[in-house]
Amino acid sequence: MKYVFYLFYFLAGMLTSITLVQSQAASWYRIQEMFQFGAFHMYGIIGSAIVVAMIGVQLVKGRRSLEGPEIKINDKARTWTRYVVGGTLFGLGWGLAGACPGPALALIGGGWPAYLVLFAGMILGTWVYGLLREVLPH
Amino acid sequence: MGAKREVKDLQEIMTQLWPWYVSGPLLGLIVPLLLWLGNKDFGISANLRHICAMWPGKKPAFFQYDWRGQTWNLVFMLGLVAGGWVAAFLYPGDSVHLNPTVLERLHAWGLGSPQSIVPPELFATSVLASWKAWAYLLGGGFLIGFGARYGGGCTSGHAISGLAMLQLPSLVAVVFFFVGGLISAWWIVPRVVVWLIGGGA
Repeated sequence: MKYVFYLFYFLAGMLTSITLVQSQAASWYRIQEMFQFGAFHMYGIIGSAIVVAMIGVQLVKGRRSLEGPEIKINDKARTWTRYVVGGTLFGLGWGLAGACPGPALALIGGGWPAYLVLFAGMILGTWVYGLLREVLPH
Repeated sequence: MGAKREVKDLQEIMTQLWPWYVSGPLLGLIVPLLLWLGNKDFGISANLRHICAMWPGKKPAFFQYDWRGQTWNLVFMLGLVAGGWVAAFLYPGDSVHLNPTVLERLHAWGLGSPQSIVPPELFATSVLASWKAWAYLLGGGFLIGFGARYGGGCTSGHAISGLAMLQLPSLVAVVFFFVGGLISAWWIVPRVVVWLIGGGA
């Protein structure tokens, strides 16, 4: 039964990346256009995604999930340094590379192997964060 | 006859740009869908940590946990790659219609008009012959990976899922995603693009 759910998660991933590509949210050009305030398109995507997700979360919250466990919303820790510094660093990379992790994976599948190098950089950055975690202010 | 027309309509939909009011809600639906399936949180960059946790040798405490418990997310990630492969067949190759002012700026940096989803001047496999492309890709990726884990999430975990769950920390993170993104787009990207495609390797 567990393996059926893996199929569902796989299909959910496919739906996500097909949408990222067909809406051009995975496009380097669209990310530059967004940060240059050149079009509403990306703001519309992110904004409407948040609204739909918010309504959806309210509908499923507290119910039982199909796999069994109760659907719970975990509150994120309220320390601020990490969100300010980490958020800024992530944003620098997002603007520079013109992709965040999801679109990068979609483009790897779409036949752009250079994004494998970008992805390797992401793993490297994650590893170095793991090394420095104890000494970084959170 | 009717069925034939429907197939044609579907083909047409699949090969056109999906407007924001279709694609945004579809992406938003992923959040309650994952919760409803198995109380799972939409967060793509967490997989980067799970990949580090797969390393069998010595590793920082941050990666010492059983990544097998997060297999669902790794499977989701493989779905992202597979979906990108499917979408590559559907994608209309010539249709990133940019704001003319933005396009003019890109031309001034030396980039041509969009013919594919991403600029081949920066991402075609042939650019990997230059060390500059490696520095750009590894450097950009490093910032994304380091920043996502330090900040506790990326666009999926904070901007979509976190805000939808009314998490104040996510709002702070998203504001600073934009601070970083604006600095990149206005100060760093113009210089880096000229550096990458201007001179020889």
